[in-house]
Amino acid sequence: MSKSIKALEDLGKNLVKQIKKQENPTIEFNVRSLSNIEFNKSEKRLTLGSNISKRSFFNVGHAKKFMQTLEVAKIAKQLLKIQKHASLRDVFYMVKRTIKGTSTNIVDEQKESDKSLEDLEIITDFSREELNINANKMGSVAGNVTILDRGDTINWSKLGSGGWSIPSNVEDIEFKEVQAEYVIYMEKQAVWERLHEDKFWKKQNCIIVTSQGQTTRGIRRLLQRLAREHKLPVYVLADFDPWGFYIYSVLKFGSISLAHMSDKLSVPEAKFLGITAEDIEDYGLQKHFIKLKDIDISRLKQMSDYPWFKDNKPWQKQFDKMKKFKAKAEIQAMSARGITFISETYLPEKIKKRNFLD
Amino acid sequence: MEQQTLTEQPLQTNTKAHELAKKQREIGVAEFFAKNRHLLGFDNKRKALMTTIKEAVDNALDACEEAKIFPEIIVEVIDMGNDRFRVIVEDNGPGIVKAQIPKIFAKLLYGSKFHTMKQSRGQQGIGISAAVMYGQLTTGRPAKITSTIGKGHPNHYVELMLDTQRNAPKILKEEEVEWEKEQGTRIELDLEATYQKGNQSIDEYLKETAITNPHATIIYTNPKAEQIIFARATEEYPKEPVEIKPHPHGVELGFMQKMLEITESKTLQAFLSSEFSRVGVGTAKTICENSALLPNTKPKQMSREMVEKLMEGIKKTKLIAPPTNCISPIGAEILKRGLKKEISAEFYITTTRPPAVYRGNPFQIEAGIAYGGNQPTDKPINILRFANRVPLLFQQSAGAIFKGIISTNWRQYGLSQSQKSLPIGPCTIAVHIASVWVPFTSESKEAVAHYPEILKEIKLALQECGRQLASYVRKKKKLKEQKERANIFERYIGIVSESIAELADEKVEEITEAFMKMIQKPELQAEINQLDKEDEKYHSTGFHEDELDDYNEAGTDE
Repeated sequence: MSKSIKALEDLGKNLVKQIKKQENPTIEFNVRSLSNIEFNKSEKRLTLGSNISKRSFFNVGHAKKFMQTLEVAKIAKQLLKIQKHASLRDVFYMVKRTIKGTSTNIVDEQKESDKSLEDLEIITDFSREELNINANKMGSVAGNVTILDRGDTINWSKLGSGGWSIPSNVEDIEFKEVQAEYVIYMEKQAVWERLHEDKFWKKQNCIIVTSQGQTTRGIRRLLQRLAREHKLPVYVLADFDPWGFYIYSVLKFGSISLAHMSDKLSVPEAKFLGITAEDIEDYGLQKHFIKLKDIDISRLKQMSDYPWFKDNKPWQKQFDKMKKFKAKAEIQAMSARGITFISETYLPEKIKKRNFLD
Repeated sequence: MEQQTLTEQPLQTNTKAHELAKKQREIGVAEFFAKNRHLLGFDNKRKALMTTIKEAVDNALDACEEAKIFPEIIVEVIDMGNDRFRVIVEDNGPGIVKAQIPKIFAKLLYGSKFHTMKQSRGQQGIGISAAVMYGQLTTGRPAKITSTIGKGHPNHYVELMLDTQRNAPKILKEEEVEWEKEQGTRIELDLEATYQKGNQSIDEYLKETAITNPHATIIYTNPKAEQIIFARATEEYPKEPVEIKPHPHGVELGFMQKMLEITESKTLQAFLSSEFSRVGVGTAKTICENSALLPNTKPKQMSREMVEKLMEGIKKTKLIAPPTNCISPIGAEILKRGLKKEISAEFYITTTRPPAVYRGNPFQIEAGIAYGGNQPTDKPINILRFANRVPLLFQQSAGAIFKGIISTNWRQYGLSQSQKSLPIGPCTIAVHIASVWVPFTSESKEAVAHYPEILKEIKLALQECGRQLASYVRKKKKLKEQKERANIFERYIGIVSESIAELADEKVEEITEAFMKMIQKPELQAEINQLDKEDEKYHSTGFHEDELDDYNEAGTDE
């Protein structure tokens, strides 16, 4: 029996014990909120503090979440037993049903089953991938790399215009050959397409990675493995705005809601390539500024107060400058200087100068 | 220059004006009203039936009250076909002496109420005669009146019509008849009308009348021959309204002229001190000084200019507010009884405000709320408006009562409401204004005029009721939530038991059984009952609502 099945069984047995003693069945796990997040300076990543949260069935505020947590635990156990994988969306539909004799659903939105799964990770200390539950794949990679995936040999340089799409679970992928000097991760799919079309990875001997939307766990783990196993530097290319900065922050240090997984997901080696305030000045991007909204300003303020940015002078300088500009800029603003400006001028210059934010 | 030449011309007698003058003649009051029946509430056939019954019932109730008799009123409406109806209203009041019968029923603006300042249902003395007139105009048939003033007295039967030219009664038949009734009055009237049930129907009018007159019994037979009995619900007789003299601040120029004409006082000062309330000899003198009129001016010889001066002088003189003991409110307790017997709800609140004054006229506001029961929760509230115990069924949104309701913030009292509109909820709101002179917006007495003092009192009364409503609605909501929350556990136990059983490889039944045993425990019942605290605690620790997670979902749009 796998360790993860055992962990789920222990959870159940512990509850049975409490119920038979006529005690209010309670699950304990670490609190998952900003107040219980610590920044581990030596490992450069967020970790979960020791505050414990209790979730009891006979507590009006908890009862529904208690039920949801156990429901996803049951589904995880079933998946592990039959050795099949399911997506987050699958799990949502497996959980979502109306409770007999009522008009209440166990869950109404996927958000609820997703949250319950994140809680289950803390409770069992197993990641959801280890519980056979995967997210949708969302991201592309291209470069001179050969891998082995479920028995297939794949070369990332020979996959046409789409590149290799990154699965949500990259645990079992084996790197056969990696020929690259560094990795660039970019927030925008459109920028990746540009670089791929210009064969940027070939010219610069690098790997280019992007995601559609958020940086998924699969991508974060993939970047971490490339950094750890092949000692490749990871550079982040994001918008000059609070949200672009936060993408970098999550990638490097870990996120608040997944702090319990930061050892498996964070990439402390990652560095911020751009766009920086200096890039804007050097390349004259001011005319493509977008005015900061109130929400941007408050987000900027929050971020400059995070412990991992607080004493970081270069980053505080970026925050200050953005405040002074009262504006943000997108990566694509560079297209105004010519469609290949980014691949032929901006990136080669930046990488040559090794001018990164850490 | 031209004017001079004109006057030199010989006077003509065949001008257009002369020609017109031949056609011009005095229009009788009755003739005027016959042509403007909408002013009296006879706009259409449906309303005509309603107004006829309303006037007859109002008179019956007023008559009984004057004699301190518990009213027993019989109302019968018979469908004669072809849009003709026969209305019969019979009371057990003091009866009418023979000589008065024709004038009361067939002469407009004749009555005892117009000249006195006393709270009563009727005011102008138009109502019942207008109904008689309408009946004869539409059917050509006379009104048939029977009345007797007590045991041993003859029972008079009169058939009447109204001469609209002269505004005078025309007696068609007069005789003494057999009648089983000891005392009382009966009117039988044929008219063109339509009968309809619903909002502005006779049925609704009588039901509402029963609410504000719980001391009366009304036996009603509708055109479908269904009998409805609104039974008396109180043994308490309403306080008798006291007649008061008018207060100078409430009198208008025309009314003042009329008073000066008919007074028996020899001097202005004596007139003022004897015909008005709150005016003594001293105050009368001050008024004369403020008006620059001599105290010994003869009232009957005052010119229009002098009366105007007098009005100015009165305005300048500070006067004590009129006495308010002349008003007879229904009383909060009795109004509640009235609401209870006619509206099925689960919670009743009523209040009576202290008397107040508008323009020299004392008035008093009462309000009541009937909440819950089978009343629809998703529709605007039901409004009942009353003036001197008479239901007002038409022009709901025109009057001060409607305005008072929509300008009150009902959301704080547990009803939903969008800006300046009627609140939504399972609720009936009743508002009653009692006054010696209720200010209506028109002669048909359908809506109360917007005097600021009246509006203010209406709002205060509604707020008093609203506060009690709010605490009831809150309590009810809390109980409902408690019940719902107790159910939460029972609802979830099945699902949770299955999950735990599968995780631990145990039998579902054993776990469910253990759970069911736990749910009976007193600690658990305590948990169910103090949920509010628990909830707050939970929300304040909020262990994974994190604003950052929201970014991951929303912040990556291109």
